[in-house]
Amino acid sequence: MSTDAAKPVAYRDALNQALREELARDPDVFLLGEDIAGFDGAFKVTRGLLAEFGPERVVDTPITEAGFTGMAIGAAMAGLRPVVEIMTVNFVILAMDQIVNNAAKIHYMFGGQASVPIVIRMPGGGGHQLSSQHSQTLDAWFAHVPGLKVVCPSTPEDAKGLLKTAIRDDDPVIFIENEGLYGKKGPVGGPDDLIPFGQAVVRRPGTHCTVIAHSRMVWVALQAAEELASQGIEVEVIDPRTFRPLDLDTLAGSVRRTGHAVIVDEGWPEYGISAGLATHLYEACFDWLDAPIGRVNCADVPMPYAKNLEQAALPQPADVVAAVLANIGRGVA
Amino acid sequence: MSTAAGAEAADMRDMFRSMYLIRRFEEKASEEYMAGRIGGFLHLAIGEEAAVVGTVSAMRADDPLTSTYREHGQALARGADPRAVMAELLGRSTGLCGGRGGSMHLMDKERSFYGGYGIVGGSVPLGLGLAYAARYRKTDQVSVTMFGDGATNQGVVAECFNMAGLWDLPVVFLILNNQYGMGTSLGHAAAEEDLYTRCNAYGIPAWKVDGMDVLAVRGAVAEATRIAREEGNPTCVELLAYRYRGHSMSDPDTVRDAEEKERWRLRDPIITFERVLLGEAVMTADDIAAMKAEVEAVVEDAAAFAESSPEVPVAELADDVYANPFNDDARGGALMP
Repeated sequence: MSTDAAKPVAYRDALNQALREELARDPDVFLLGEDIAGFDGAFKVTRGLLAEFGPERVVDTPITEAGFTGMAIGAAMAGLRPVVEIMTVNFVILAMDQIVNNAAKIHYMFGGQASVPIVIRMPGGGGHQLSSQHSQTLDAWFAHVPGLKVVCPSTPEDAKGLLKTAIRDDDPVIFIENEGLYGKKGPVGGPDDLIPFGQAVVRRPGTHCTVIAHSRMVWVALQAAEELASQGIEVEVIDPRTFRPLDLDTLAGSVRRTGHAVIVDEGWPEYGISAGLATHLYEACFDWLDAPIGRVNCADVPMPYAKNLEQAALPQPADVVAAVLANIGRGVA
Repeated sequence: MSTAAGAEAADMRDMFRSMYLIRRFEEKASEEYMAGRIGGFLHLAIGEEAAVVGTVSAMRADDPLTSTYREHGQALARGADPRAVMAELLGRSTGLCGGRGGSMHLMDKERSFYGGYGIVGGSVPLGLGLAYAARYRKTDQVSVTMFGDGATNQGVVAECFNMAGLWDLPVVFLILNNQYGMGTSLGHAAAEEDLYTRCNAYGIPAWKVDGMDVLAVRGAVAEATRIAREEGNPTCVELLAYRYRGHSMSDPDTVRDAEEKERWRLRDPIITFERVLLGEAVMTADDIAAMKAEVEAVVEDAAAFAESSPEVPVAELADDVYANPFNDDARGGALMP
């Protein structure tokens, strides 16, 4: 690895590298979204790409999520590889008909005649006092739908490598970033380093309890792991990275070794990612579990504005510490 | 010989055959439905054949076409094999979409028929995207996206009008106005009943023609596709038409006035066009009789083929969920331990 490649890169710049490299590699790739060209994107992920690739390939759209998402799906049916930026996950709700009724179903419904090689990128998550309509985590909405692939990168390396894989994939990929991670720095791979879907990664090895976390929650879980280590408890933090496909082998393998599992999910607790993962793990590991699976989720409320309430609603490292201690029967002193 | 609408005699014969095929195919499909061999919804376009065939006849073979769920006619007019279309309606393995789509979701991509879609208005952005791809690749294809009067009240359709006007995309918005959104009449649903005027707000040339007159339809759509192909601009054509049957086979059609239905039946597009063909000596009565007999045989053969076709193997249930499948269990999406 060259010195340049080893240099830490911010998550937003890692995404930018992936987009730049794929735009340069494949003329069928183009970007569209609100304020992504002249304004460089609301989170500056597309910075500089307009100047480099021109307005035909880096397209500012009107504020019309259903329309431009559907248009990109149609363009993908014709063989182009559009990468759509939805400014935040909150606005994708306007485009759900296009994503669920069209993108997810076209390949199956028409007997495999047409594929939809589209990537729909968007950041989710809360923590910036943006209140209910700008702080949601809707990963589960997409993970529920057959025909979609769902990717939630937690590190700059994954952001780049998984986005490149997503762009080259022939199916619709929902690529969920996190507003709290754009400034996170770390190493990234080179132009040919693709990260395959369906491979979970162990972020920290441990023996006492498996902690499963994705996106920004990986970092919350790692902070909790540090705290627990100081108490002599070694948790294994695993990041699934993709939910469709899901690498259940790695998750279940770890849970069978530790006998304990805690799932940390920034989404709501009811019928969501943590609920789905827990079901998989009960089915796969029931006889190995020494305690019911623990879950740490966003509170089951619309996100409040007030800072103290927002922090109380979001999963914090202390919540994870408490959940692990409860799970392994040590309790909180 | 050619007519004012620019149709050569051979084109006119093809158009008549296509209209008659659609009529007889759908009547046969109706019988298959009543016999319990077709499930789900079956939306018939009987009465709308001129709108469908006039439109398709004005398109180039590689111009992408998208449609609503009332699209058997579009598939057939595009040249899809009647056997495969009927087999799809019966949910058989030989169906156009392998029994996955059924009546509402036909596609024949080889013939640039990009599908029928079940969500009102939901396919219009797809048609816009096909136009976008044509411009991106600098082909001179024109995308024609057909939708009904009901769809014009969906927000996403207005979004598409805006983007098409904003970016000058080669698309024809084709409103097949059959005057009813299921059982709700246009007057109960639309503030302005001249639907094409919606496009005025986006600078898109738009006009309305008699959708029961196949030559008028062909002429209007030919002009619309010319503008898109040569000038690179979107257009909108509203076709005023009427469907003779209810919204679907499960609709007893008791809402619409009997006198209204009769009035429109008097303008039957096939009978009207038959008179034109005879009057202009494009076909003789014998020619027409022979063509009808040939079409009858095609329809009967399609039904027999479909009825005798095998069911789709249940083992193939989860095939084709993904173009790049990630495991053998697409239902759960999990790599099972």
